[in-house]
Amino acid sequence: MLKTRIVGVLIIKNGIVVQSLQFNRYLPVGRVAIAVEYLNRWGIDDIVLLDMDATPQGRSPNFEKIREYSRFCQVPLTVGGGVRSVKDMENLLHAGADRIALNASAIANPQLISEGARLFGKQCMVISIDVRRKTDGNYEVFSHSGTRPTGQSPEILARQLENLGAGEILLTSIDNDGMKQGFDLELVSRVAEAVDIPLVACGGAGHPGHLLEVCKLGVSGVAAGNFYHYTEHSVIVAKSYLHAAGINVRLDSFVTYDDCHFDSDGRVARISDETLEKLRFKAVPEEVI
Amino acid sequence: MKPRICIIDYGMGNTQSVGNAIQYLGVDYLISSRKEDILTSTALILPGVGAFAAAMDNLHRLELVDLLTDVVVGRGKPFLGICLGMQLLAKDSVELGLHSGLGWIEGHVIAFEPSHEVRIPHVGWNNCHIRKQEPLFRNLAEDAHFYFDHSFHLSCPHELVSATFDYGGHFVASVQKDNIFATQFHPEKSQRHGLRLLRNFLNFAASAPANTERENEPC
Repeated sequence: MLKTRIVGVLIIKNGIVVQSLQFNRYLPVGRVAIAVEYLNRWGIDDIVLLDMDATPQGRSPNFEKIREYSRFCQVPLTVGGGVRSVKDMENLLHAGADRIALNASAIANPQLISEGARLFGKQCMVISIDVRRKTDGNYEVFSHSGTRPTGQSPEILARQLENLGAGEILLTSIDNDGMKQGFDLELVSRVAEAVDIPLVACGGAGHPGHLLEVCKLGVSGVAAGNFYHYTEHSVIVAKSYLHAAGINVRLDSFVTYDDCHFDSDGRVARISDETLEKLRFKAVPEEVI
Repeated sequence: MKPRICIIDYGMGNTQSVGNAIQYLGVDYLISSRKEDILTSTALILPGVGAFAAAMDNLHRLELVDLLTDVVVGRGKPFLGICLGMQLLAKDSVELGLHSGLGWIEGHVIAFEPSHEVRIPHVGWNNCHIRKQEPLFRNLAEDAHFYFDHSFHLSCPHELVSATFDYGGHFVASVQKDNIFATQFHPEKSQRHGLRLLRNFLNFAASAPANTERENEPC
């Protein structure tokens, strides 16, 4: 059966990957091409690149940069930020993107989704929805990197977008983003029930257990950004943890996921000296295809 | 003859992604829709991220339909269709209205039945059940996983199917007929397994009769 996807989100600001905290503080992480290549090597299932500058600067995506970033990406690459026309989408697909993410432009101009779906198929159209919890406990969708309220509820908007031709929803909780306290489970389950298209939840992962909680809500994928930058062996640990808990995740052919033990922070526990001593002499050659 | 792969550029499809994978395997490629490139390359790859009708319109507009049919079906040039590139081989598709395809294989493209069990489109990594290991799935486990991303699927005669996948039922993951191969999944985006599959295709192409200067037997 279909596996739950472990998705890496890379937020790009001023040409570098940044750590985002609730969409208002950004800390530098590093070069985009390196981040893409490493996530790919660690066995991520899907990479989402979001250019935070394009829409505020009123420009199209930087196609030449996408070409450079995608060079060593052997997993699906979804690219968003500044996509305003079907020509932009076509150029992105020719530059190394496999799917297109829309946010502000989809909310301002829903026809763009239908038009994109007509040309590139709905499976290509990923709509990113950023949501804040209101003081009354309800939720509201924000656009333009979380700066503009739209007055729409995420469930209703998600269903409308599905009818227009969206093929996947990437749902981010702005409040939980970068807080490492777990996903907004209520938000995720509300939207998961509202739509029949795949849903990927993002925002708040700080421990592999957080990924597990959200996997149980029937999502198609779990996404994280910072979690993968700041945790050792992050993707492998996450998959190993989920695999041990019985979630169907993709296991790469040359990593051993079975022997991981975890401490209370969800990190890999130290292996005994005896085992390490044996491991020292085990060579694992990389496969040449 | 040095192998060179022509990735057909028909205005849609993740051409660069396919190019990146071919480049990773150390083989020359070009992304083109020009007749001489199609005629002189050792193998053709028809990538696909797109809707069926728009893709066929583009193939007609670029005058590629007769050319490709002649080169692939007539002269036996090795061919790999990916995702939509597989669906286009069918006689017709019901995606956004009924449209006719290239018709190289007996088959029809139909929608997944709406169901509460599975989400449509079918997006993500899924295991295949490989029925014909040779030549495309050589060195791959019988249940190797690949990346899928589609809302419609191909229905075709049993004997053409080389692998299936399970998503609330069994569906066609790949087909093969003589020199024509096609996969519903994206080998260029399936890491190790996908690269092995592409390597198998490149090996097949290098030793194909059409590339060893012999006239191919009529199909």
